[in-house]
Formats: sequence, C-alpha cells, structure tokens
Amino acid sequence: MTKHLLSAADLNRDAAIALLDLAEDMAEVNTRDIKKLPTLRGKTVVNLFFEDSTRTRISFELAAKRLSADVVNFTAKGSSVSKGESLKDTAQTLEAMGTDAVVIRHHSSGAAQVLAQSNWIKSAIVNAGDGTHEHPTQALLDAFTLRQKLHGGASRGKSLDGARVAIVGDILHSRVARSNLILLKTLGAEVHLVAPATLLPSRTQSLGATVHYDLDSLLASVKLDAVMMLRIQLERMSASFFPSEREYARLYGLNGDRLSTFGPTTILMHPGPMNRGLEIDAIAADSDRSVVLDQVRNGVSVRMAVLFNLLSHERAANV
Amino acid sequence: MSNYVLSSATLADGSIADIRIEGDTITSVGASGFVKRDDAEVVDCAGLIALPGFVDLHTHLREPGFEQSETVLTGSQSAAAGGFTAVHAMANTSPVADTAGVVEQVYNLGKAAGYVDVQPIGAVTVGLQGKQLAEFGAMAKSSAAVRVFSDDGHCVSDPVLMRRALEYAKTFDGVVAQHAQEPRLTEGAQMNEGTVSAELGLAGWPAVAEEAIIARDVLLAKQVDARLHICHLSTAGSVELVRWAKAQGIKVTAEVTPHHLLLTDETVRTYDAVYKVNPPLRTNADVEALREALIDGTIDIVATDHAPHPQESKDCEWAAAANGMLGLETAASIAQLVLIESGNSSWSRLAEVLSTKPAEIGKDAEQGQGIVVGAKANIALVNPKAKRTIADGGASKSSNQPFKGIELPGEVVHTVYRGYFTKRDGKLASKGRA
Repeated sequence: MTKHLLSAADLNRDAAIALLDLAEDMAEVNTRDIKKLPTLRGKTVVNLFFEDSTRTRISFELAAKRLSADVVNFTAKGSSVSKGESLKDTAQTLEAMGTDAVVIRHHSSGAAQVLAQSNWIKSAIVNAGDGTHEHPTQALLDAFTLRQKLHGGASRGKSLDGARVAIVGDILHSRVARSNLILLKTLGAEVHLVAPATLLPSRTQSLGATVHYDLDSLLASVKLDAVMMLRIQLERMSASFFPSEREYARLYGLNGDRLSTFGPTTILMHPGPMNRGLEIDAIAADSDRSVVLDQVRNGVSVRMAVLFNLLSHERAANV
Repeated sequence: MSNYVLSSATLADGSIADIRIEGDTITSVGASGFVKRDDAEVVDCAGLIALPGFVDLHTHLREPGFEQSETVLTGSQSAAAGGFTAVHAMANTSPVADTAGVVEQVYNLGKAAGYVDVQPIGAVTVGLQGKQLAEFGAMAKSSAAVRVFSDDGHCVSDPVLMRRALEYAKTFDGVVAQHAQEPRLTEGAQMNEGTVSAELGLAGWPAVAEEAIIARDVLLAKQVDARLHICHLSTAGSVELVRWAKAQGIKVTAEVTPHHLLLTDETVRTYDAVYKVNPPLRTNADVEALREALIDGTIDIVATDHAPHPQESKDCEWAAAANGMLGLETAASIAQLVLIESGNSSWSRLAEVLSTKPAEIGKDAEQGQGIVVGAKANIALVNPKAKRTIADGGASKSSNQPFKGIELPGEVVHTVYRGYFTKRDGKLASKGRA
C-alpha cells in the first residue's frame, strides 16, 4: 500500500488480499480478552470529520486505540471550520500539533485526494468518505465480510473470484457503491447495480458492471452471493429522484418476500444506518441472512489493518 | 509619438511586406524596400506574422471590487502580452457594471492603463439578478459607448426577460451575449456530466443545460429579429444548434474559449481546482466538434473567458473552489495549434477569429481593421516557429494557469497598440500608452 488510502483503486489485487489477511489477524486480536496491540504507541491519529458520522468515527477511533495510538477527534460542528477556516488551515493546524495520520470524512468529493496531493501536510491520509465519491474502508470491510462468508476459516489468501454481488439503491450519490464496485472488481467479483434510472449515473458504460432497473428479475435470474442495500436519503424524494417512499420500498426495498427468493447461502448487507421500512424491512434486517452486525464488527478489524499498514510501515522507514 | 517601419513582416495571406506606422495609424503597406523609411525607426520583423491586434470579447478584469484577483491595469498588461489590443470587460464586478457610472469608471481605468482598449460590457439585468433590465440606454450613450450586454456567470434564464433584452439591445445597435446555462438543470453542478463524473462522484453539468438555452435563444432571436451572441460554447450539440440557426439566417454568433479547444474533463481526475471552470471542460468528442466548427465558421470567434482568481480560491477542495482560468497569454498559441498546426486552416482565419470578427460583434470601429492603410496601428507580431512550455509568471495578478507544463506553438513577439509598443521583443512595456 502507498502512503495514503484515498480510493479503493489504490489497492491492486495482491495488496487488497494482503490487507484483508492482515485484517484477519486484527480480528483475532479483537476476540481476545485484552483487545490491544502496542504497535502504534506514540503515534497520533486525528479523526477529521467535516460531516456527521458517529459510527465511522467510532470505528476508526476504536481501531486506532486498539493499536495503542493516541486519537484526537475533530468534528466540524462548533469548531473553527464554522468560523470560515479552510481545509488547508485546519489540516495544517492539527498537524502542527504533531499528528501522524489524518482520517478524513468530508462532504466534498476529492477532499481526501486534495489533502494528500497538495503538500499541505505530511501525515498519512485515510479517506473515510468524501462527498459522493468514495469510502474505501467500507469497501474493504464489505469484502472482508463477504470473503469470510464464502471461505470461513480458510479465507486467508483468497480473492472473491466468481462471487456475484448486487448493489441496490442510490448508486448515483453513493460513495459506498463506488468504492465497492472498484474493490469487488479488483478481487474478481461480478457486480450488478440495481436502481431506477434517476439514481444511476446517466453514463454507466465505463463502470464495468451490469445495470438493472428491475430488482425482482435480477433476483430470479442470477444466483447472487450477496445483496448489498444502500441507504436512501429522504431528501432525494423531494428532489424527484423517486415519487414516494412507498413506491421506492415496493420496487427496490428488500423485504421478507424478496428475502425468501434468496439462494441458501446468499447474504444481505447494508452499510448502515438502515431506514427500516424503506430500503430494507424489519424481517430482512433481523433475519439470519443479514450480516449487518458482522460488517460493523469487521469494520474495526479492517481499519486496524489500514492504520497498521500506513503507520507501522512509516515507522520502519524512519528507523 | 514615433514613426515605425515594421520591415519584412509576413502578412496573413503569406505575402512579405513593410508596414509603416505614423502616430497611431498605418500609413503604408508595401513590398519590402518600397515603403518610405526616412525618419522612422525600423523594426526587423522578418519571420514574424503580422496580424491585426487581437480583440477579446470575454475578459474578466475584476475591477472594481475584486482587485485581489486582477485590476484593469494588470489585466490589460496580460492582454498586451498575449497580442491583444482590445478587451471587453465582463460586467460581474462589484458593484456590477449595470450603470453608466460603473462602465465609465472601467473605461477610464482602461484609458489610464494604456495597454489595450478596455471596452466595458454592460449587465443585462440590474445586479445580474435576472429580474429587471439594466439601463442599456444610459450605458450605450455614456462615454464608454457600451454595445455588448451580458450577465455572464448567470444565464438570463427567464424567457420573457431574454426576449425583451434582445429587442431592447437592438434599439442601441447592441448585442446580448448569453451565458447559456439552464439553472435548474445545473444546481450544484461541479463538472461535465458523463463517464468521468460518474466515476468521480461530482455532480454533473449536463450538455442539455447549455443546449436547451441556446435552442430557445436562437428561436427568440429569430422571433424578434435581433442579434444574439453565445458565450463560451462547449458542447458538440451546441455546435449543431448554432449551425442550424445560421442556416436559417438567424443573427447568431458564437464564441469558443481556448480551454474548451484543448482540455477535457479527464483533467478533473486530479481534483486540481485549476481545472474547474464554467461551463465545464467537456469530452474529447466535444473538443473535436468545437475545433471543426471554429475552422468551418460555425463558431465565429475565440474569446478567452480570462477569469483570474487568487490562490486561496483554488487551493482547496473542488466544491469550494471558484470557477475560471487564465487565458489571455495563451489564446493565440491555442488558436495557432487548432488552426495552423493542424494543417486545416489559415492565418487569415486566425486573424478573423481573434480580431476582425470579435471587433465586428463588439462594434469596435477602431479594432480589427486589418493591416491596411488608414487603419489604426493595432498589430500583433507572432513568431510562428517558437515553442514554449507554459509556466507561471505571466502578467496577470493571478496564477490559475491551466496550461502549465503544456508545450504550445507560437509566441507574440511585439504588440503594437495604436502605434505604441506595449510589448517589444517579448518584453512588456513598463508603462502604457500616454
């Protein structure tokens, strides 16, 4: 892995598999009584969050703490950002206090890349979600979760060759979908995107996925290993991306009926937080096919692996 | 003022000539050796192409109001460095150029600077708000004699207001220059809508938002028999619409920017905000269509949309960055690349698109007259064989230079503005024409 993790495209197949294998080691640590490694003692990680996201921030915070790093949380609300300070000044100010890694969540697509390539700061940058662009650690935890379901204890060294994954929902505005699409393809999976045309990019040829408007016909015709539901933001409805919650739920919601058409090993994924009754109903969300909590659990392991890779490597290089 | 003979210059038609300048006027053009020299200073122009001084119909000089980006003086200097002898200054200053007072102020600042004719463009609507017509009459009859009206940066999207503006401008022999952008279709838009925006997750600016307005406006121009000018055409579809309108005899003219002739939305993959511009950089197919249209005359002129911004407006995340890029000092080179280096057109066409036609559209009587006896001595002398790699350090106050690192053909060696060398031997004059 390079100095930063900005995009799922930063990882080639070997690097992605190695990182998932490292996350397996981290997952083991997370099952111990003392869930802690001394590896990053003395390192400081800043969670620089310009957008609300309690669960992603907590996941990164736990990951850093379990590696014994010091963690600082910076959220835009009530901070100097609301006084008009720029991304550049905020990042430089924090680094001047001695940070080694910046985990950034920002509402503007490309913010993490700009921070990394601008020479404003020297810290390692981890993209924790930039606008409607990418969310690479989400893709990693999803790949990790799927690989465990496919290969169980024999996951190490394995890819996702031949796996079939459907991503359903607001593809157009989803950083989760973009990063997943890239990483799933890198790992050899076949990707199906399902959405009404309003929630797909108007040009989809270059995406390298099969596009479907009809969820039911996809479920009936393709033996899927995983169905990944995306969160629908309710403001999309007022902007006429779809006419009503009821119609969306009827056409694209994963409910008990659709769940019953799943093959015996198909898993149901959701990056959270879920809108129960909209893109997913309670029967599906609480069923044994749902791996939502595994995803959350694996998120910590995967983020430990990412931070370990970026920061311990740096330490070795500095010695 | 001194008299000069520009000796052995190559004219656009390929002939070699001496050009005699007395005061601010060209007094003789003839075969080398047959032009009277007597008291004149002879400037050896062998190997240089003599073109009528360039006229930019679309420049942002930023003064008054945004002097941290550019002033009338620094923008004029940048223009002179690029071979321009006239620029039309866009109205989106602060205060907006929507009254006789503001346009006269800009006009006078241009006179005081003395590097180019600064011809202010008047706003179409008060404060660029798209609600109420600005006082075209007062601006037209002011000392600035405004003939081009534009809300550039904002589209006159209300169809009734646009109709009235076209008709009212006709009253003063003026033209409305439309920034074609359907506002609802481009809310929050960040880049061209296409395969690249799909990958980058940046909100798309679809071609239809430009084309829908152009289609409507050429029909309005037809309805009221008025002149319409379309700013910075950027899509292949827009080219088709203008081609159709011209075939109908509609009085429409169109401009293309140098950046839309050279750069594509692939540059946005860097998230480097220097490539953020409105309308956005489009696809390679659009670039090809625009180049072809410039050559065949569907597009009338090259206009820079020179839009300086201070570093802090570009040194940030994409969505927070300002739209716009520099263009005055590279425009002629890009026109040369497209028209000459391609082998598809001629220096005469280059003179048309950078001088004669923009002067005609903007009603600049003393610009774009050509290298002929009796014309004002507005001349750009270009070394067509020069190659230069674009770097920082132009005359503009800003440095949002999108062509940095690109090698371009041609270099403006001298610029003569009303008989005065604003640029000589590649160096900008330390002061303007008195």
